[in-house]
Amino acid sequence: MMALAFDVVLAALLILAALAAVAGRGLFRAVIFFIVYGVLVALAWARLGAVDVALAEAAIGAGLTGVLLLAAHGRLRREGLEADPGAGGQGFAAIGGAGVALALGWAWFALPEPATATRAALDSALPDAGVGNPVTAVLLNFRSFDTLLESIVLLAALVALWMLARDGAWGERLGLPQHARPGGVLASFGRVLPPLGLLFGAFLVWSGADDNGGAFQGGTVLAASLLLAMMAGLYLPPRIGERLWQSALVLGPVVFIACGLVGALVWGGFLVLPPAYAKGVILAIETGLTISIAATLALLVIGPPEQAHNSGGAA
Amino acid sequence: MARAIPKKPRRPLSAACGNSAGMAWGDIASIGFTAVGLVFFVAGTVGLIRFPDVFSRLHALTKADNLGLGFLALGLAFQAPGWTEIAMLAMVWALALVAAGTAAQMVARAALAEGDKDERP
Amino acid sequence: MNGLDILALSASALVGLGIYGLLAARHLLRRVLAFNLVGSGLFLWFGAAGARGGVGVDPIPQALIITGIVVALAASALGVALVVAHARLSGPTLPEEAPCDPEPDNRA
Repeated sequence: MMALAFDVVLAALLILAALAAVAGRGLFRAVIFFIVYGVLVALAWARLGAVDVALAEAAIGAGLTGVLLLAAHGRLRREGLEADPGAGGQGFAAIGGAGVALALGWAWFALPEPATATRAALDSALPDAGVGNPVTAVLLNFRSFDTLLESIVLLAALVALWMLARDGAWGERLGLPQHARPGGVLASFGRVLPPLGLLFGAFLVWSGADDNGGAFQGGTVLAASLLLAMMAGLYLPPRIGERLWQSALVLGPVVFIACGLVGALVWGGFLVLPPAYAKGVILAIETGLTISIAATLALLVIGPPEQAHNSGGAA
Repeated sequence: MARAIPKKPRRPLSAACGNSAGMAWGDIASIGFTAVGLVFFVAGTVGLIRFPDVFSRLHALTKADNLGLGFLALGLAFQAPGWTEIAMLAMVWALALVAAGTAAQMVARAALAEGDKDERP
Repeated sequence: MNGLDILALSASALVGLGIYGLLAARHLLRRVLAFNLVGSGLFLWFGAAGARGGVGVDPIPQALIITGIVVALAASALGVALVVAHARLSGPTLPEEAPCDPEPDNRA
Protein backbone atom coordinates (compact mmCIF):
# COMPACT_ATOMS: atom_id res chain seq x y z
CA MET A 1 0.00 0.00 0.00
CA MET A 2 2.75 2.42 1.02
CA ALA A 3 4.84 1.22 -1.90
CA LEU A 4 1.95 1.85 -4.28
CA ALA A 5 1.47 5.33 -2.86
CA PHE A 6 5.17 5.98 -3.37
CA ASP A 7 4.91 4.82 -6.99
CA VAL A 8 1.92 7.04 -7.65
CA VAL A 9 3.67 10.08 -6.16
CA LEU A 10 6.86 9.31 -8.08
CA ALA A 11 4.96 8.89 -11.36
CA ALA A 12 3.09 12.16 -10.78
CA LEU A 13 6.32 14.02 -10.02
CA LEU A 14 7.98 12.55 -13.11
CA ILE A 15 5.16 13.70 -15.35
CA LEU A 16 4.96 17.14 -13.75
CA ALA A 17 8.71 17.70 -14.10
CA ALA A 18 8.59 16.53 -17.71
CA LEU A 19 5.62 18.78 -18.40
CA ALA A 20 7.43 21.75 -16.91
CA ALA A 21 10.50 20.93 -19.01
CA VAL A 22 8.54 20.66 -22.24
CA ALA A 23 5.83 23.28 -21.85
CA GLY A 24 6.94 25.50 -18.97
CA ARG A 25 7.55 29.19 -19.57
CA GLY A 26 11.13 30.19 -20.20
CA LEU A 27 14.03 28.15 -21.46
CA PHE A 28 16.07 28.38 -18.27
CA ARG A 29 13.22 27.00 -16.22
CA ALA A 30 12.82 24.17 -18.72
CA VAL A 31 16.47 23.23 -18.31
CA ILE A 32 16.22 23.28 -14.52
CA PHE A 33 13.12 21.11 -14.55
CA PHE A 34 14.83 18.71 -16.91
CA ILE A 35 17.63 18.29 -14.35
CA VAL A 36 15.04 17.66 -11.63
CA TYR A 37 13.45 15.17 -13.99
CA GLY A 38 16.80 13.36 -14.32
CA VAL A 39 17.02 12.96 -10.53
CA LEU A 40 13.47 11.59 -10.44
CA VAL A 41 14.23 9.11 -13.22
CA ALA A 42 17.23 7.88 -11.24
CA LEU A 43 14.88 7.42 -8.30
CA ALA A 44 12.51 5.42 -10.50
CA TRP A 45 15.36 3.13 -11.53
CA ALA A 46 16.30 2.61 -7.90
CA ARG A 47 12.64 1.82 -7.23
CA LEU A 48 12.74 -0.82 -9.96
CA GLY A 49 15.77 -2.34 -8.28
CA ALA A 50 18.08 -1.54 -11.20
CA VAL A 51 20.81 0.07 -9.12
CA ASP A 52 23.37 0.03 -11.93
CA VAL A 53 21.03 1.98 -14.20
CA ALA A 54 20.10 4.30 -11.34
CA LEU A 55 23.78 5.13 -10.81
CA ALA A 56 24.28 5.76 -14.53
CA GLU A 57 21.14 7.89 -14.74
CA ALA A 58 22.02 9.93 -11.64
CA ALA A 59 25.53 10.60 -12.92
CA ILE A 60 24.66 11.15 -16.57
CA GLY A 61 20.99 12.08 -16.79
CA ALA A 62 20.98 14.42 -13.82
CA GLY A 63 24.66 15.34 -13.63
CA LEU A 64 26.44 15.67 -16.95
CA THR A 65 23.32 16.41 -19.01
CA GLY A 66 22.53 19.19 -16.57
CA VAL A 67 25.98 20.73 -16.98
CA LEU A 68 25.69 20.38 -20.74
CA LEU A 69 22.29 22.05 -20.97
CA LEU A 70 23.14 24.84 -18.53
CA ALA A 71 26.33 25.56 -20.46
CA ALA A 72 24.38 25.60 -23.73
CA HIS A 73 21.85 27.96 -22.23
CA GLY A 74 24.68 30.18 -21.05
CA ARG A 75 26.23 30.28 -24.52
CA LEU A 76 22.92 31.13 -26.13
CA ARG A 77 22.21 33.80 -23.55
CA ARG A 78 25.57 35.48 -23.99
CA GLU A 79 24.55 36.08 -27.57
CA GLY A 80 20.93 36.95 -26.85
CA LEU A 81 19.59 33.80 -28.44
CA GLU A 82 17.78 32.26 -25.49
CA ALA A 83 14.38 33.91 -25.97
CA ASP A 84 11.86 31.12 -26.22
CA PRO A 85 9.20 31.85 -28.83
CA GLY A 86 6.86 29.35 -27.18
CA ALA A 87 5.14 26.49 -28.90
CA GLY A 88 3.63 26.25 -32.34
CA GLY A 89 1.36 23.75 -34.02
CA GLN A 90 0.18 22.61 -30.62
CA GLY A 91 -2.97 20.77 -31.69
CA PHE A 92 -1.13 18.59 -34.13
CA ALA A 93 1.69 17.97 -31.64
CA ALA A 94 -0.73 17.17 -28.82
CA ILE A 95 -2.52 14.62 -30.98
CA GLY A 96 0.79 13.07 -31.95
CA GLY A 97 2.06 12.91 -28.37
CA ALA A 98 -1.19 11.57 -26.96
CA GLY A 99 -1.38 8.98 -29.73
CA VAL A 100 2.11 7.68 -29.00
CA ALA A 101 1.46 7.65 -25.24
CA LEU A 102 -1.79 5.75 -25.69
CA ALA A 103 -0.17 3.26 -28.06
CA LEU A 104 2.62 2.60 -25.57
CA GLY A 105 0.13 2.24 -22.74
CA TRP A 106 -1.87 -0.24 -24.79
CA ALA A 107 1.31 -2.10 -25.74
CA TRP A 108 2.24 -2.45 -22.08
CA PHE A 109 -0.91 -4.40 -21.32
CA ALA A 110 -0.63 -6.35 -24.57
CA LEU A 111 2.90 -7.54 -23.80
CA PRO A 112 3.34 -11.31 -23.87
CA GLU A 113 4.32 -13.04 -20.65
CA PRO A 114 7.96 -12.35 -19.80
CA ALA A 115 10.30 -14.92 -21.27
CA THR A 116 12.25 -16.74 -18.61
CA ALA A 117 14.55 -18.61 -21.00
CA THR A 118 17.08 -15.81 -21.48
CA ARG A 119 17.21 -15.15 -17.76
CA ALA A 120 17.83 -18.82 -17.05
CA ALA A 121 20.51 -18.98 -19.74
CA LEU A 122 22.16 -15.90 -18.26
CA ASP A 123 22.09 -17.32 -14.74
CA SER A 124 23.61 -20.60 -15.87
CA ALA A 125 26.34 -18.84 -17.86
CA LEU A 126 27.19 -16.35 -15.12
CA PRO A 127 29.70 -18.54 -13.24
CA ASP A 128 31.84 -18.62 -16.40
CA ALA A 129 31.65 -14.88 -17.01
CA GLY A 130 34.51 -13.91 -14.72
CA VAL A 131 32.46 -11.29 -12.88
CA GLY A 132 29.63 -11.66 -10.41
CA ASN A 133 27.55 -8.64 -11.43
CA PRO A 134 25.28 -9.90 -14.22
CA VAL A 135 25.01 -6.43 -15.79
CA THR A 136 28.80 -6.17 -16.06
CA ALA A 137 28.86 -9.71 -17.40
CA VAL A 138 26.39 -8.78 -20.14
CA LEU A 139 28.22 -5.54 -20.97
CA LEU A 140 31.75 -6.89 -21.14
CA ASN A 141 31.40 -10.58 -21.84
CA PHE A 142 28.13 -11.83 -23.28
CA ARG A 143 27.34 -8.79 -25.38
CA SER A 144 30.76 -7.16 -25.44
CA PHE A 145 30.53 -6.48 -29.16
CA ASP A 146 27.75 -3.96 -28.46
CA THR A 147 29.87 -2.27 -25.83
CA LEU A 148 32.91 -2.12 -28.11
CA LEU A 149 30.88 -0.49 -30.86
CA GLU A 150 29.33 1.88 -28.36
CA SER A 151 32.72 3.05 -27.13
CA ILE A 152 33.53 3.86 -30.75
CA VAL A 153 30.20 5.64 -31.21
CA LEU A 154 31.18 7.95 -28.36
CA LEU A 155 34.39 8.83 -30.17
CA ALA A 156 32.46 9.41 -33.39
CA ALA A 157 30.15 11.80 -31.53
CA LEU A 158 33.17 13.69 -30.19
CA VAL A 159 34.72 13.98 -33.66
CA ALA A 160 31.40 15.19 -35.05
CA LEU A 161 31.19 17.73 -32.23
CA TRP A 162 34.67 19.03 -32.99
CA MET A 163 33.71 19.46 -36.62
CA LEU A 164 31.37 22.21 -35.48
CA ALA A 165 34.32 24.34 -34.40
CA ARG A 166 34.89 27.43 -36.48
CA ASP A 167 38.07 27.40 -38.52
CA GLY A 168 39.67 30.13 -36.50
CA ALA A 169 38.98 28.33 -33.24
CA TRP A 170 40.40 24.97 -34.24
CA GLY A 171 43.68 25.23 -32.34
CA GLU A 172 42.11 26.85 -29.29
CA ARG A 173 41.33 25.22 -25.99
CA LEU A 174 38.05 23.33 -25.85
CA GLY A 175 34.93 25.01 -24.54
CA LEU A 176 34.38 28.49 -23.27
CA PRO A 177 36.83 30.04 -20.84
CA GLN A 178 35.66 29.73 -17.26
CA HIS A 179 35.48 32.68 -14.96
CA ALA A 180 36.10 31.18 -11.55
CA ARG A 181 37.63 33.61 -9.08
CA PRO A 182 40.99 32.17 -8.01
CA GLY A 183 40.27 32.15 -4.28
CA GLY A 184 36.50 31.73 -4.53
CA VAL A 185 34.24 28.99 -3.30
CA LEU A 186 34.18 27.22 -6.66
CA ALA A 187 37.96 27.04 -6.70
CA SER A 188 37.97 25.53 -3.19
CA PHE A 189 35.18 23.15 -4.13
CA GLY A 190 37.13 22.17 -7.23
CA ARG A 191 40.05 21.29 -4.99
CA VAL A 192 38.04 19.30 -2.46
CA LEU A 193 35.82 17.23 -4.70
CA PRO A 194 37.96 15.82 -7.55
CA PRO A 195 40.13 13.65 -5.26
CA LEU A 196 36.97 12.22 -3.71
CA GLY A 197 35.50 11.82 -7.20
CA LEU A 198 38.60 9.96 -8.32
CA LEU A 199 38.32 7.63 -5.36
CA PHE A 200 34.62 7.08 -5.87
CA GLY A 201 34.95 6.58 -9.62
CA ALA A 202 37.68 3.98 -9.17
CA PHE A 203 35.61 2.33 -6.46
CA LEU A 204 32.60 2.13 -8.77
CA VAL A 205 34.64 0.43 -11.48
CA TRP A 206 36.24 -1.98 -9.04
CA SER A 207 33.03 -2.84 -7.24
CA GLY A 208 31.22 -3.16 -10.58
CA ALA A 209 32.77 -6.58 -11.05
CA ASP A 210 30.75 -8.22 -8.33
CA ASP A 211 28.51 -5.53 -6.94
CA ASN A 212 26.80 -2.44 -8.30
CA GLY A 213 28.82 -0.11 -10.47
CA GLY A 214 30.89 -0.46 -13.60
CA ALA A 215 33.02 1.29 -16.19
CA PHE A 216 30.25 3.60 -17.39
CA GLN A 217 29.24 4.79 -13.95
CA GLY A 218 32.82 5.14 -12.74
CA GLY A 219 33.88 6.85 -15.95
CA THR A 220 31.04 9.32 -15.61
CA VAL A 221 32.03 10.21 -12.06
CA LEU A 222 35.61 10.73 -13.24
CA ALA A 223 34.37 12.89 -16.11
CA ALA A 224 32.36 14.97 -13.66
CA SER A 225 35.45 15.43 -11.46
CA LEU A 226 37.47 16.52 -14.49
CA LEU A 227 34.76 18.95 -15.53
CA LEU A 228 34.63 20.41 -12.04
CA ALA A 229 38.39 20.94 -12.02
CA MET A 230 38.10 22.64 -15.41
CA MET A 231 35.16 24.81 -14.38
CA ALA A 232 36.97 25.83 -11.21
CA GLY A 233 39.84 27.05 -13.37
CA LEU A 234 42.29 24.61 -11.78
CA TYR A 235 42.90 22.68 -14.96
CA LEU A 236 42.75 24.23 -18.40
CA PRO A 237 40.78 22.26 -20.99
CA PRO A 238 43.04 20.65 -23.60
CA ARG A 239 43.42 21.58 -27.26
CA ILE A 240 42.29 19.08 -29.87
CA GLY A 241 45.71 17.77 -30.83
CA GLU A 242 47.13 17.01 -27.38
CA ARG A 243 48.77 13.60 -27.38
CA LEU A 244 47.96 12.69 -23.78
CA TRP A 245 44.25 13.34 -24.31
CA GLN A 246 44.21 11.63 -27.68
CA SER A 247 45.73 8.54 -26.07
CA ALA A 248 43.18 8.64 -23.24
CA LEU A 249 40.36 8.90 -25.76
CA VAL A 250 41.35 5.84 -27.76
CA LEU A 251 42.80 3.72 -24.93
CA GLY A 252 39.55 1.90 -24.16
CA PRO A 253 38.62 0.92 -27.72
CA VAL A 254 42.25 -0.05 -28.43
CA VAL A 255 42.47 -2.32 -25.37
CA PHE A 256 39.04 -3.70 -26.21
CA ILE A 257 39.97 -4.52 -29.81
CA ALA A 258 43.34 -5.93 -28.72
CA CYS A 259 41.62 -8.27 -26.27
CA GLY A 260 39.16 -9.21 -28.98
CA LEU A 261 42.00 -10.03 -31.38
CA VAL A 262 43.77 -12.10 -28.74
CA GLY A 263 40.51 -13.99 -28.43
CA ALA A 264 40.36 -14.45 -32.18
CA LEU A 265 43.93 -15.74 -32.36
CA VAL A 266 44.14 -17.84 -29.21
CA TRP A 267 40.70 -18.66 -27.91
CA GLY A 268 38.80 -19.31 -31.12
CA GLY A 269 36.81 -16.18 -31.85
CA PHE A 270 36.78 -12.38 -31.71
CA LEU A 271 36.04 -11.27 -28.14
CA VAL A 272 35.82 -14.85 -26.89
CA LEU A 273 36.75 -15.01 -23.20
CA PRO A 274 37.63 -18.37 -21.67
CA PRO A 275 36.43 -18.56 -18.04
CA ALA A 276 39.95 -18.86 -16.64
CA TYR A 277 41.07 -15.51 -18.11
CA ALA A 278 37.75 -13.72 -18.18
CA LYS A 279 38.17 -11.76 -14.95
CA GLY A 280 41.59 -10.41 -15.84
CA VAL A 281 40.65 -9.51 -19.39
CA ILE A 282 37.44 -7.83 -18.29
CA LEU A 283 39.30 -5.78 -15.69
CA ALA A 284 41.85 -4.71 -18.30
CA ILE A 285 39.09 -3.69 -20.71
CA GLU A 286 37.16 -1.93 -17.97
CA THR A 287 40.20 0.05 -16.85
CA GLY A 288 40.90 1.25 -20.37
CA LEU A 289 37.26 1.86 -21.05
CA THR A 290 36.83 3.90 -17.85
CA ILE A 291 39.67 6.24 -18.80
CA SER A 292 38.31 6.66 -22.33
CA ILE A 293 34.74 7.18 -21.17
CA ALA A 294 35.87 9.74 -18.62
CA ALA A 295 37.89 11.66 -21.22
CA THR A 296 35.25 11.40 -23.94
CA LEU A 297 32.31 12.44 -21.78
CA ALA A 298 34.23 15.34 -20.23
CA LEU A 299 35.24 16.65 -23.67
CA LEU A 300 31.73 16.10 -25.06
CA VAL A 301 30.25 18.20 -22.28
CA ILE A 302 32.95 20.90 -22.53
CA GLY A 303 32.02 21.33 -26.19
CA PRO A 304 33.90 22.41 -29.31
CA PRO A 305 36.76 24.91 -29.08
CA GLU A 306 35.71 28.56 -28.97
CA GLN A 307 37.66 31.54 -30.08
CA ALA A 308 37.02 33.47 -26.91
CA HIS A 309 39.90 31.95 -24.94
CA ASN A 310 42.72 34.27 -23.96
CA SER A 311 41.06 37.23 -25.61
CA GLY A 312 38.42 39.61 -24.37
CA GLY A 313 34.70 38.98 -24.86
CA ALA A 314 33.04 36.88 -27.50
CA ALA A 315 32.22 39.90 -29.65
CA MET B 1 45.08 -7.85 -11.86
CA ALA B 2 43.93 -11.39 -12.51
CA ARG B 3 44.25 -12.24 -8.84
CA ALA B 4 41.12 -13.91 -7.57
CA ILE B 5 39.14 -11.65 -5.31
CA PRO B 6 37.23 -13.20 -2.43
CA LYS B 7 33.65 -12.61 -3.27
CA LYS B 8 31.84 -10.41 -0.84
CA PRO B 9 28.34 -11.61 -0.08
CA ARG B 10 25.82 -9.00 -1.07
CA ARG B 11 23.74 -7.76 1.77
CA PRO B 12 20.11 -7.41 0.79
CA LEU B 13 18.59 -4.08 1.71
CA SER B 14 15.60 -5.78 3.25
CA ALA B 15 17.86 -7.36 5.85
CA ALA B 16 18.93 -3.93 7.06
CA CYS B 17 16.71 -3.83 10.13
CA GLY B 18 19.35 -5.04 12.56
CA ASN B 19 18.92 -7.55 15.33
CA SER B 20 15.54 -8.21 16.79
CA ALA B 21 16.29 -7.07 20.35
CA GLY B 22 17.13 -3.44 19.58
CA MET B 23 14.78 -3.22 16.66
CA ALA B 24 11.86 -1.45 18.25
CA TRP B 25 13.98 1.35 19.74
CA GLY B 26 15.91 1.72 16.52
CA ASP B 27 12.68 1.98 14.55
CA ILE B 28 11.24 4.56 16.92
CA ALA B 29 14.42 6.62 16.69
CA SER B 30 14.31 6.32 12.90
CA ILE B 31 10.72 7.46 12.69
CA GLY B 32 11.33 10.29 15.11
CA PHE B 33 14.43 11.69 13.41
CA THR B 34 12.96 11.22 9.93
CA ALA B 35 9.83 13.08 11.00
CA VAL B 36 11.92 15.96 12.37
CA GLY B 37 13.85 15.96 9.10
CA LEU B 38 10.62 16.14 7.13
CA VAL B 39 9.48 19.13 9.19
CA PHE B 40 12.65 20.96 8.18
CA PHE B 41 12.13 19.99 4.56
CA VAL B 42 8.57 21.29 4.63
CA ALA B 43 9.77 24.52 6.23
CA GLY B 44 12.48 24.87 3.59
CA THR B 45 10.03 24.21 0.78
CA VAL B 46 7.50 26.67 2.14
CA GLY B 47 10.31 29.20 2.33
CA LEU B 48 11.34 28.44 -1.24
CA ILE B 49 7.83 29.07 -2.48
CA ARG B 50 6.81 31.97 -0.25
CA PHE B 51 9.95 34.07 0.21
CA PRO B 52 10.16 37.11 -2.03
CA ASP B 53 13.70 37.14 -3.47
CA VAL B 54 16.55 34.86 -4.42
CA PHE B 55 18.60 35.48 -1.31
CA SER B 56 15.95 34.69 1.26
CA ARG B 57 14.92 31.63 -0.78
CA LEU B 58 18.51 30.46 -0.75
CA HIS B 59 18.55 31.03 2.98
CA ALA B 60 15.50 28.79 3.40
CA LEU B 61 16.85 26.11 1.08
CA THR B 62 20.40 25.78 2.30
CA LYS B 63 19.71 26.00 5.99
CA ALA B 64 16.44 24.17 6.46
CA ASP B 65 16.95 21.50 3.82
CA ASN B 66 20.46 20.62 4.86
CA LEU B 67 19.36 20.30 8.46
CA GLY B 68 16.47 18.14 7.24
CA LEU B 69 18.85 15.98 5.25
CA GLY B 70 21.01 15.60 8.34
CA PHE B 71 18.05 14.41 10.36
CA LEU B 72 17.05 12.00 7.56
CA ALA B 73 20.57 10.58 7.51
CA LEU B 74 20.51 10.30 11.30
CA GLY B 75 17.18 8.49 11.17
CA LEU B 76 18.43 6.13 8.49
CA ALA B 77 21.59 5.44 10.46
CA PHE B 78 19.47 3.50 12.97
CA GLN B 79 18.49 1.16 10.15
CA ALA B 80 22.03 0.65 8.88
CA PRO B 81 23.45 -2.87 9.22
CA GLY B 82 26.95 -1.71 10.16
CA TRP B 83 29.35 1.14 10.80
CA THR B 84 30.39 1.25 7.13
CA GLU B 85 26.90 2.24 6.11
CA ILE B 86 26.67 4.81 8.88
CA ALA B 87 29.97 6.31 7.76
CA MET B 88 28.62 6.41 4.19
CA LEU B 89 25.49 8.21 5.35
CA ALA B 90 27.63 10.71 7.22
CA MET B 91 29.74 11.21 4.11
CA VAL B 92 26.64 11.72 1.96
CA TRP B 93 25.48 14.43 4.33
CA ALA B 94 28.90 16.08 4.50
CA LEU B 95 29.23 16.12 0.71
CA ALA B 96 25.71 17.44 0.29
CA LEU B 97 26.54 20.23 2.76
CA VAL B 98 29.69 21.21 0.88
CA ALA B 99 27.93 21.06 -2.48
CA ALA B 100 24.89 22.99 -1.28
CA GLY B 101 27.05 25.63 0.35
CA THR B 102 29.07 26.10 -2.83
CA ALA B 103 25.99 26.14 -5.04
CA ALA B 104 24.29 28.66 -2.75
CA GLN B 105 27.32 30.97 -2.93
CA MET B 106 27.38 30.76 -6.71
CA VAL B 107 23.64 31.29 -7.12
CA ALA B 108 23.84 34.29 -4.80
CA ARG B 109 26.75 35.76 -6.78
CA ALA B 110 24.94 35.19 -10.06
CA ALA B 111 21.81 36.79 -8.64
CA LEU B 112 23.86 39.76 -7.44
CA ALA B 113 25.37 40.19 -10.91
CA GLU B 114 21.95 39.73 -12.47
CA GLY B 115 20.51 42.42 -10.24
CA ASP B 116 23.17 44.84 -11.44
CA LYS B 117 22.42 43.96 -15.00
CA ASP B 118 18.70 44.42 -14.58
CA GLU B 119 19.14 47.94 -13.27
CA ARG B 120 21.21 49.08 -16.22
CA PRO B 121 18.69 49.35 -19.07
CA MET C 1 -2.82 -2.02 -11.23
CA ASN C 2 0.48 -2.46 -9.44
CA GLY C 3 3.53 -0.25 -9.08
CA LEU C 4 5.10 -1.59 -12.24
CA ASP C 5 2.01 -0.75 -14.28
CA ILE C 6 2.02 2.78 -12.89
CA LEU C 7 5.66 3.31 -13.78
CA ALA C 8 5.16 1.86 -17.25
CA LEU C 9 2.12 4.03 -17.90
CA SER C 10 3.92 7.14 -16.69
CA ALA C 11 6.84 6.16 -18.93
CA SER C 12 4.36 6.04 -21.84
CA ALA C 13 3.13 9.49 -20.86
CA LEU C 14 6.73 10.74 -20.75
CA VAL C 15 7.33 9.52 -24.29
CA GLY C 16 4.11 11.22 -25.36
CA LEU C 17 5.19 14.46 -23.69
CA GLY C 18 8.54 14.20 -25.42
CA ILE C 19 6.89 13.72 -28.81
CA TYR C 20 4.66 16.71 -28.11
CA GLY C 21 7.65 18.84 -27.21
CA LEU C 22 9.61 17.65 -30.21
CA LEU C 23 6.78 18.71 -32.52
CA ALA C 24 5.52 21.83 -30.76
CA ALA C 25 8.58 23.54 -29.26
CA ARG C 26 10.11 26.19 -31.46
CA HIS C 27 13.35 26.84 -29.61
CA LEU C 28 15.77 24.14 -30.71
CA LEU C 29 17.31 23.65 -27.26
CA ARG C 30 13.89 22.74 -25.95
CA ARG C 31 13.61 20.19 -28.70
CA VAL C 32 16.81 18.60 -27.48
CA LEU C 33 15.18 18.39 -24.03
CA ALA C 34 12.08 16.81 -25.54
CA PHE C 35 14.17 14.33 -27.48
CA ASN C 36 15.85 13.29 -24.24
CA LEU C 37 12.43 12.85 -22.64
CA VAL C 38 11.44 10.44 -25.41
CA GLY C 39 14.63 8.49 -24.86
CA SER C 40 14.44 8.24 -21.08
CA GLY C 41 10.72 7.42 -21.21
CA LEU C 42 11.45 4.54 -23.57
CA PHE C 43 14.28 3.32 -21.35
CA LEU C 44 11.96 3.37 -18.36
CA TRP C 45 9.27 1.48 -20.30
CA PHE C 46 11.83 -1.06 -21.45
CA GLY C 47 13.21 -1.46 -17.94
CA ALA C 48 9.73 -1.91 -16.48
CA ALA C 49 9.03 -4.56 -19.12
CA GLY C 50 12.23 -6.29 -18.08
CA ALA C 51 11.17 -6.20 -14.43
CA ARG C 52 8.00 -8.23 -14.88
CA GLY C 53 9.73 -11.47 -13.94
CA GLY C 54 9.46 -10.42 -10.31
CA VAL C 55 13.17 -10.68 -9.52
CA GLY C 56 14.32 -7.16 -10.33
CA VAL C 57 15.13 -5.82 -13.77
CA ASP C 58 16.58 -8.36 -16.16
CA PRO C 59 20.33 -7.68 -16.54
CA ILE C 60 20.23 -7.70 -20.35
CA PRO C 61 17.86 -4.72 -20.64
CA GLN C 62 19.84 -3.06 -17.85
CA ALA C 63 23.05 -3.34 -19.83
CA LEU C 64 21.38 -2.09 -23.00
CA ILE C 65 19.84 0.83 -21.12
CA ILE C 66 23.16 1.83 -19.55
CA THR C 67 24.82 1.99 -22.94
CA GLY C 68 21.74 3.79 -24.21
CA ILE C 69 21.98 6.46 -21.51
CA VAL C 70 25.62 7.09 -22.35
CA VAL C 71 24.90 7.30 -26.08
CA ALA C 72 21.97 9.62 -25.36
CA LEU C 73 24.38 11.97 -23.59
CA ALA C 74 26.73 11.87 -26.58
CA ALA C 75 23.82 12.57 -28.93
CA SER C 76 22.63 15.42 -26.70
CA ALA C 77 26.10 16.94 -26.64
CA LEU C 78 26.21 16.86 -30.42
CA GLY C 79 22.64 18.15 -30.63
CA VAL C 80 23.34 21.01 -28.26
CA ALA C 81 26.46 21.99 -30.19
CA LEU C 82 24.43 21.93 -33.42
CA VAL C 83 21.78 24.11 -31.78
CA VAL C 84 24.38 26.64 -30.66
CA ALA C 85 26.04 26.67 -34.09
CA HIS C 86 22.68 27.01 -35.84
CA ALA C 87 21.56 29.73 -33.46
CA ARG C 88 24.71 31.76 -34.15
CA LEU C 89 24.20 31.54 -37.88
CA SER C 90 20.45 31.95 -38.20
CA GLY C 91 18.72 32.19 -34.86
CA PRO C 92 17.57 29.63 -32.31
CA THR C 93 14.49 28.46 -34.21
CA LEU C 94 14.02 26.80 -37.54
CA PRO C 95 13.50 29.40 -40.28
CA GLU C 96 10.14 28.21 -41.65
CA GLU C 97 8.57 28.52 -38.24
CA ALA C 98 9.66 31.93 -37.03
CA PRO C 99 11.45 35.01 -38.28
CA CYS C 100 15.20 34.73 -37.98
CA ASP C 101 15.68 37.58 -35.55
CA PRO C 102 14.29 36.49 -32.19
CA GLU C 103 12.09 39.02 -30.51
CA PRO C 104 13.72 40.26 -27.33
CA ASP C 105 11.33 38.53 -24.97
CA ASN C 106 11.67 40.11 -21.55
CA ARG C 107 12.42 36.85 -19.79
CA ALA C 108 15.83 36.95 -18.19
